[in-house]
Amino acid sequence: MKQQKIIVFVLAAIGLLVLPIVLQGFGNAWVRIADMALLFVLLSLGLNIVVGYAGLLDLGYVAFFAIGAYMYGLLGSPHLTETFPAIAAMFPEGLHTPLWIVVPLAAAVAGVFGVLLGAPTLRLRGDYLAIVTLGFGEIIRVFLNNLDHPVNITNGPKGISQIDPVSFFGLNLGKKVSLMGFEFASVSLYYYLFLAMVVISVVISHRLELSRVGRAWMAIREDEIAAKAMGINTRNLKLMAFGMGATFGGVSGAMFGAFQGFISPESFSLMESVMIVAMVVLGGVGHLPGVILGAVLLSALPEVLRYVAGPLQAMTDGRLDASILRQLLIALAMITIMLLRPRGLWPSPEHGKTLQSTKT
Amino acid sequence: MDIFIQQIINGLVLGSMYALIALGYTMVYGIIGLINFAHGEVMMIGALTSWTIIGLMQESMPATPGYLILLIALIISCVVAAALNFVIEKVAYRPLRNSPKLAPLITAIGMSILLQTLAMIIWKPNYKSYPTLLSSNTIDIAGAVITPTQVVILSVTAVSLAVLMWLVNYTKLGRAMRATAENPRVAGLMGVKPDVVISATFIIGAVLAAIAGVMYASNYGTAQHAMGFLPGLKAFTAAVFGGIGNLAGAVVGAILLGLIESIGAGYIGALTGGVLGSHYSDIFAFIVLIIVLTLRPSGLLGERVADRA
Repeated sequence: MKQQKIIVFVLAAIGLLVLPIVLQGFGNAWVRIADMALLFVLLSLGLNIVVGYAGLLDLGYVAFFAIGAYMYGLLGSPHLTETFPAIAAMFPEGLHTPLWIVVPLAAAVAGVFGVLLGAPTLRLRGDYLAIVTLGFGEIIRVFLNNLDHPVNITNGPKGISQIDPVSFFGLNLGKKVSLMGFEFASVSLYYYLFLAMVVISVVISHRLELSRVGRAWMAIREDEIAAKAMGINTRNLKLMAFGMGATFGGVSGAMFGAFQGFISPESFSLMESVMIVAMVVLGGVGHLPGVILGAVLLSALPEVLRYVAGPLQAMTDGRLDASILRQLLIALAMITIMLLRPRGLWPSPEHGKTLQSTKT
Repeated sequence: MDIFIQQIINGLVLGSMYALIALGYTMVYGIIGLINFAHGEVMMIGALTSWTIIGLMQESMPATPGYLILLIALIISCVVAAALNFVIEKVAYRPLRNSPKLAPLITAIGMSILLQTLAMIIWKPNYKSYPTLLSSNTIDIAGAVITPTQVVILSVTAVSLAVLMWLVNYTKLGRAMRATAENPRVAGLMGVKPDVVISATFIIGAVLAAIAGVMYASNYGTAQHAMGFLPGLKAFTAAVFGGIGNLAGAVVGAILLGLIESIGAGYIGALTGGVLGSHYSDIFAFIVLIIVLTLRPSGLLGERVADRA
């Protein structure tokens, strides 16, 4: 049994490592899809801490993603030096903040915002919390959209372009690299970076789930009053869940900015928040394999369909184009999956039921 | 001063449209505890249906007076929206009534996206100009102007609210609705059929939303597949603001929100010396909401504790 598990695990690992090389053969666009899927996995893992473990429905999660992306974008693009001569004087060679500063900074700032959002909403539960977080997400987006005057900080709806690609240890992920006769395109390098981050996040989430903190979160999720009675400091733990989740969002945002090279407020609409929640819930709230499955399904499948939509568009006289079809499928998937499997595609095993089966 | 009065008029008009939408949210929430995310889309479908009807009627019977066309379009779109909401509830929410709390919320969000997409396919995604059917001569009130459309909006809202209050407080159906909201199981034992009551609630909500949709489109002169989203969101905010599940609260919350939004948008530029402009008006709703919920988590008129959810 155990050996079988290891074999499956090794096969999956090899499969994931080889995937971009295979996809590269079909074109870089396919690797890009895999990259975006991994980014969404990262985001869903972060949101899973808030929604899945602590049971706090957060509909404004994309705000943290935006904060991370703008952090990276502002500190790694010519935008700030062009608008503010003072900054240009300080950094004559342009603002290229190293990764080791930006990513922790993005994580920290997003985390602080997470706690800031969490603090006034501690007393709220359920739907009230959902609507407040949703409002928070909208507020951040409106500010990003309008902070181009009187002082141009975010460049408004035009967004920030020419963002530096990720580079560390002298390796620039923006260019292709040849290694042992293989040519790795830029997107494939990002794939490996994101894969590594997903693995790290899975390990962190898994350890959190089993830790004292994770168990406390789940106790709060099941019954807050009972959790309090058991001596759990619900206030601090809820704030911590918000902060941790936001940190994940900030880091994935920074990666998104670097990967795309361009960010604008449009990428951080409420729809994205909703999509991330849908990924977490469709896969199976609070269950890591489920969350990953949900994220991969919802982010990758519609993108794949984009390529088969051409003929359909011709057939329906332009009314059903790729993006509409994608939206249609997402909507239908959300409804049908929830109707057929209300607890998600791959839900966590129910507590108590396993206990009974071992007894008999 | 006349700017102030003008903003109050705009705020009341805006608030009364929010109120009609918010009532649908709050009634559904009060009875089955679900945020019906697709409610704003029902409003959008109502508006777009009426746009089609108006177009057809103007083409086939150009002699018909404007108010009659508007009335017929309004009635037809109410029927369409009611049928739609009835089907949505049957298909997407009823099977999930006893499942984990997040499941119906996700189907509601999915339904909202689905309706927007379908509207995009049926009506195409461009902005449509919505014809002005009532006279465009404005009426002066103490230096401020009000259009006949706005007068109609205010009076239709008042009439709808009165009818709704009568329905909920003085009819058998209303009593059944209140009983179901209180405790569905006990209401069932008393001979109330919860399924019928819930369907009726969705139908009433849809009719109100369709009225709001038609008025929203005629007030702003445009209609589009995404038009329901933001008003829907704000109407929900208004419902929470007033205390969700509470009908009077939804109306009070919506009117206050409309006033805050339009007065805020009118003065924010002057107050901040032009640093913040009126395009920040969309976030007032949310800032107000966060403040209210922090100070009074059950909303202005809500009696229930926030922990109920």
